[in-house]
Amino acid sequence: MNLNAPSPIVAADDCIEAVQVSKAFGKRIVLDQISLTVKRGEIFGLLGPSGSGKTTLVRLITGLDVPDNGSITLLDVHMPKLSVLSRIGYMAQSDALYGELTAQENLEFFSSLYGLRGAVLKKRIQEVAELVKLSGDLKKPVQLYSGGMKRRLSLAVALMHKPEVLILDEPTVGIDPVLRKTIWDELDHLRKNGVTILVTTHVMDEAEKCDRLAMIRDGRVIAFGSPEQLKTESHSSTMEDAFITYGGGAA
Amino acid sequence: MRIRALAFRIIRQFIKDKRTLALMLLAPLLVLTLMKLVFDGQAVDPLIGAVKLPSPVVSALQNNGAVVTPYENEELALKQMGDNELDAVITLDGLQPHIVLEGSNPTKIRNVMAVAQKALQELSNKGNEVEPVLSYLHGSGDRDIFDYYGSVLVGFFSFFFVFLIAGVSFLRERTTGTLQRLLATPLRRWEVVAGYLLGFGLFTLLQATLIAWYATSVLGIALEGSFILVLVMNLLLALAALTLGTLLSAYAQNEFQMFQFIPLIVVPQIFFCGLIDLQSMPEWLQMVGRALPLYYGADALRGIMLRGEGWNDVWVDSAALVGFSLLFAILNVLALRKHRRI
Repeated sequence: MNLNAPSPIVAADDCIEAVQVSKAFGKRIVLDQISLTVKRGEIFGLLGPSGSGKTTLVRLITGLDVPDNGSITLLDVHMPKLSVLSRIGYMAQSDALYGELTAQENLEFFSSLYGLRGAVLKKRIQEVAELVKLSGDLKKPVQLYSGGMKRRLSLAVALMHKPEVLILDEPTVGIDPVLRKTIWDELDHLRKNGVTILVTTHVMDEAEKCDRLAMIRDGRVIAFGSPEQLKTESHSSTMEDAFITYGGGAA
Repeated sequence: MRIRALAFRIIRQFIKDKRTLALMLLAPLLVLTLMKLVFDGQAVDPLIGAVKLPSPVVSALQNNGAVVTPYENEELALKQMGDNELDAVITLDGLQPHIVLEGSNPTKIRNVMAVAQKALQELSNKGNEVEPVLSYLHGSGDRDIFDYYGSVLVGFFSFFFVFLIAGVSFLRERTTGTLQRLLATPLRRWEVVAGYLLGFGLFTLLQATLIAWYATSVLGIALEGSFILVLVMNLLLALAALTLGTLLSAYAQNEFQMFQFIPLIVVPQIFFCGLIDLQSMPEWLQMVGRALPLYYGADALRGIMLRGEGWNDVWVDSAALVGFSLLFAILNVLALRKHRRI
């Protein structure tokens, strides 16, 4: 039997599938039998307080780490697998940028790791910079950037190679409301072009903008569905109330 | 392509961090110069006691810069030397000169010998070629001390500064999260290590050239063998330092912890690299040196610079250094598994 063949359970329109994923660091259980699926072309939110295991889950999905138990499939490939990494765009929670280099040089560097170069690279830098409103600051060294600018540059880095899947860990932290809206509009736009987006957040009103989401607490999925569904089922008017009703509030 | 991209980025960062670049390139020159000044500081005219020497010999010595004091009594001269008033006592046994050196200060030995040899050469032009018989009041005599130390120090400073800078750079890649970010791209782990080798390689080449040139041309450290060979050995030593530094940075949480490797990893290498004579040490302790990269670099550099050894003599040392670099690089690729399993 070929164990590498896609399992029949994986529907064609599933982009990310986590099955019974567990992960512990020492004795601390960070993820406890998490299962979820992200469909192609949707914005999927991972909602939960800090320390709930969101980042660990994201790291498992990107193949930076391996689960103790369970399996993760990304774009029909069992993770971790190096070849899939060129098809995803990843934005880490902390801005991983080279402070001495200018924004342009950072973009050039990361993009060249994906094989972008020459005129294509230059054009893409202009496009992406326009998108995150950094066109005027490309020549500045990143260490002179504000927190929000760094966040936007990190997003730009993730977008450079036109990935099929975007995995964004807390993308809007430290970004002002106006820009936050622009970024969400852009995510919306990307989705319309068929990009699948997995985004973690602990901001409830951002969760509303997702097509579907999973509420996570203490490494478990406590609720799963569209924002409307979750609010209706929990008889709540806001996501915040819904989260508390599902047991996401104080223990 | 990806390796080149990584190397190119490192070069760009380096060019912007002028201070670190200066540390890597100029600090070794500064320290070498200081060492030179310290070792050669007492380069004063040697004080020589001449016991019943014929006047042509005395004047030959004086012409070559010696301060000569005539003695009728050898005992008295030796006693004066014991009281540190003379650097050497020269007697003549028939036509055979005997030189007794004070011996505790290598610089003074060198000064005396330089003068005595020149004087004897002058005299031997007149027909009588003689080698002086040497003996020492203290110690057993050594060759030019800065030549001796300098040849090893040339290698050591390459090693030390590259170790530190490469280690800290790689550490910062980890602590700032950029390593994580790199590993979320299709970059392979070995490509990360290779990229660092290539990017830093350029600067180590620059450094090795600069140090070797400065040491031999400006400071005038003896160079019997080929300059290119010195360069090659320096570069190989720097590569070993580069791979070792990046490897060890995996075991440091911050820059402070990186510096803690200096007494643990760097200082012992100085002891065992031949700067200090270890002949009297137990065999097993001498073997410790063989496990350290600097031992081989120093051995080769000494050979090339002081004894004019060629490739045939130093290829074993080169092979050892390449072996060390490969080993450290492979271990580093494995250590990176901690950050991404594939």
